[in-house]
Amino acid sequence: MSMDAAKEQQLKTIAKQMRIDIVKMLHNVKTGHPGGSLSAVEILTVLYHNQMNVNCKDACNCARDRFIASKGHCAPVLYTTLADKGYFPKAELKNLRQLGCMLQGHPDMKRIPGVDISTGSLGLGLSVGVGMSLAGRLDKQGFYTYVLLGDGELQEGQNWEAVMAAAKFKLDHIIAIVDNNGVQLDGTLEDIMPMGDIGQKFAAFGWKVLTADGHDVRSIDAAIDQAKTVCGIPVVIIAKTVKGKGVSFMEGKNTWHGKAIEDKDFAIAMAELGGNNE
Amino acid sequence: MKAMREAYGEALVELGRSNPNVVVLDADVASSSRSILFKQAFPDRFFNIGIAEGNMVGIASGLATAGKIPFVNTFAFLLALRAADSVRSLVAYNHLNVKLAGAYGGFSDSYDGASHQSVEDVSIMRTLPNMTVIVVADEFQAKQAVFAAAALEGPVYLRLSRAEVAPIYAEDSKFEIGKGIVLREGADVTIVANGYMVTKALEAAEILTKEGIKAEIVDMHTVKPIDAALLFASGRKTGAVVSVEEHSIYGGLGSAVAEVLAGELPLPLEILGIKDVFGESGAYEAILSKHGLDKVAVAAAARKAISRKK
Repeated sequence: MSMDAAKEQQLKTIAKQMRIDIVKMLHNVKTGHPGGSLSAVEILTVLYHNQMNVNCKDACNCARDRFIASKGHCAPVLYTTLADKGYFPKAELKNLRQLGCMLQGHPDMKRIPGVDISTGSLGLGLSVGVGMSLAGRLDKQGFYTYVLLGDGELQEGQNWEAVMAAAKFKLDHIIAIVDNNGVQLDGTLEDIMPMGDIGQKFAAFGWKVLTADGHDVRSIDAAIDQAKTVCGIPVVIIAKTVKGKGVSFMEGKNTWHGKAIEDKDFAIAMAELGGNNE
Repeated sequence: MKAMREAYGEALVELGRSNPNVVVLDADVASSSRSILFKQAFPDRFFNIGIAEGNMVGIASGLATAGKIPFVNTFAFLLALRAADSVRSLVAYNHLNVKLAGAYGGFSDSYDGASHQSVEDVSIMRTLPNMTVIVVADEFQAKQAVFAAAALEGPVYLRLSRAEVAPIYAEDSKFEIGKGIVLREGADVTIVANGYMVTKALEAAEILTKEGIKAEIVDMHTVKPIDAALLFASGRKTGAVVSVEEHSIYGGLGSAVAEVLAGELPLPLEILGIKDVFGESGAYEAILSKHGLDKVAVAAAARKAISRKK
């Protein structure tokens, strides 16, 4: 079913506010990863606000859909999303990365309601997703497991071990989404370690490959709808994105992978995102 | 006498019968680890992940988040090293209910040589917060350890052995995680061992008895959390301690014993183990003797510890 115009507008509004919240949160604590969070804003918006079967009041329900931020450094976008969905008060965002806080530098399932697995060390999430998906099948729960992968992260070999396993076990309730922003910490993927055609690589291992514009909520939503119709094989959605999307001086810049947002940058970013300077 | 791994595989099957949440994973060594017995009994709950140990532990972690109790099987060094990040960042950090069974601990895969032997696994596992570390001594203990590990909520590393060793325990012996077992009482020296080295310690005690030395033999099957109360009690009685492990002297049982004693009861302590070297191919007992892990060496260490008493 295609998204109606009202829904599309609602998701766009959520995404816009999320960008503001992310930049504010990171500016406030002067630490954290802006680039890879801003590239995944629309992906998480569509997942949590239009696709996933989750409920903060029943956060451990066995039949809930699962989300794995395998690129755990996108914690800011996950945290703003979870706060938005009512898993914890938005006031917690102010304590990001501070001693004794709930919101650790990288997602921590033991501390944060709504986090299905702790991540941070790259290349582990897809394996976990395979395990969750196998459990869902054993228990006939029918839930979907969504795994958000970084394109740079795919340089970790364990991803491809998990890719093989998902195909072997014919898991059609795992949907991987690659945040294909083309930039990693030290530079572009092309410079650091070219990944070639990522879709072809997945296809060669027996996955169904879909593509989406990772900043178009309608495009992402349609791809996920299509992924859910696939039977007998796992699906990956290659979502073309821009690292640092929405803030001109961050866009496409590896230097903004994990850089603190200082006051002068914050003012410009807020002007561009339409937020206030508080 | 039955190989420990056979007993382990049978225990998995028995456990699987009583607990439907138990699932078993292997990385293409199911015939060796004997997890194949579980596969034959419960094909739907067995997953062969292929030669991809890190992925196997990651998949087990995902299964555990959904309430399954995964037993993960491969050679000990592969769990401790190849899969180390999955073990640390997923299993240990999240306190997941994953049981890691390291087949072929120590030199027990003797003929395959250094590449397949595991002399550093206990140290690596012990350093991970939340991880319980158990080194199994015989076939009966293997079975009891499987059930005890399943009953404990949280990560457990079970170090098994490929060797066929004579049983020490009866089938109904008591086994409790974190509680060492005094196998023989003595007043002159405490010998703390685990795994196959328990057998060597018992043999050394026989030698020492003939010399009029009464050795107390402790099976410290759980290296973490170690039974400090038992160490203090036995140490206060005997005044000298020897530790024996089929593992590097760095970071394993000897280190754990030293950490406990150093603070409160600094007794003479002799640490027997593999002295910062890799293994090699050969007959099992010959390798053990070459590395000072036989009854003669244990008895000598006991004499030395006693001679150091003030």
